[in-house]
Amino acid sequence: MLTMKIAGVAAALLLTTGMANAQSTKPTDPQIAHIAYTAGSIDVKAGELALKKSKNKAVRAFAEDMVRDHKAVNVKALALVKKLGVTPQDNPTSQALTKAADTEYKSLAKLKGAAFNRAYIANEVAFHKTVNGALENTLIPSATNPELKALLETGLKVFQGHLAHAEHVESTEK
Amino acid sequence: MVWILPVLAGLALAGSASGAEADVIKVDIAKMVYLPATVTVKVGDTIEWTNSDFLAHTATDRAKAFDLNLPPGKTARLVIGKAGTISYYCRYHPNMKGSIVAVAK
Repeated sequence: MLTMKIAGVAAALLLTTGMANAQSTKPTDPQIAHIAYTAGSIDVKAGELALKKSKNKAVRAFAEDMVRDHKAVNVKALALVKKLGVTPQDNPTSQALTKAADTEYKSLAKLKGAAFNRAYIANEVAFHKTVNGALENTLIPSATNPELKALLETGLKVFQGHLAHAEHVESTEK
Repeated sequence: MVWILPVLAGLALAGSASGAEADVIKVDIAKMVYLPATVTVKVGDTIEWTNSDFLAHTATDRAKAFDLNLPPGKTARLVIGKAGTISYYCRYHPNMKGSIVAVAK
């Protein structure tokens, strides 16, 4: 079940690559901005759910970090697209991401206690792995605007830290 | 690159702080790193961190002697009270690491 949902997110992000190959065009900057913002919002929502449901100190601290950082990155991203006069453009990757995340959110919402903590952290590990891979291999190389590219690069650094943090929590809170 | 920055910062401070007893050593935080990552200071000097990132950071002592919050754009200061090596990190982003080597005056 969990694996399936993670596969959903992975498949969604693979679409980005698929899209690039099939049309032999890269995702455009407005699409990249939309994908990055969507991924950030998904993680903020998951973090807020964890803060509502979890009493585990390490899990809560992690969730607080996710909400704080992903909100900050998204505020920065919104300010940047406004400055550049770019309108983020919805696209199949963003839609698939949102769909997979909605399914995941519903199933997380049904869990409690240690089961919730485990599922939330496992999802966070998988989500950050997938998003970081997409940033590194597709989104950053495809971004044409230097400021957008720089923001994505900073984001990748932040999210690599999140992945390490999630893996740490996963290994210590079993 | 990493090695040149601390040297330049050191020279700039030496120039501006001539005659002063204690110096203020500046550490910038940008793109998820402390710059410079290692500073050598004298006991009585002040370290001043400035967070140039849009993300919140901290400067947190591994030995728990201090835990400074650094919201985006803000600065925080710490006076070094004794000689020794201090390892610190960012509580929010534990992959960010810095150290302070404090020598006697």
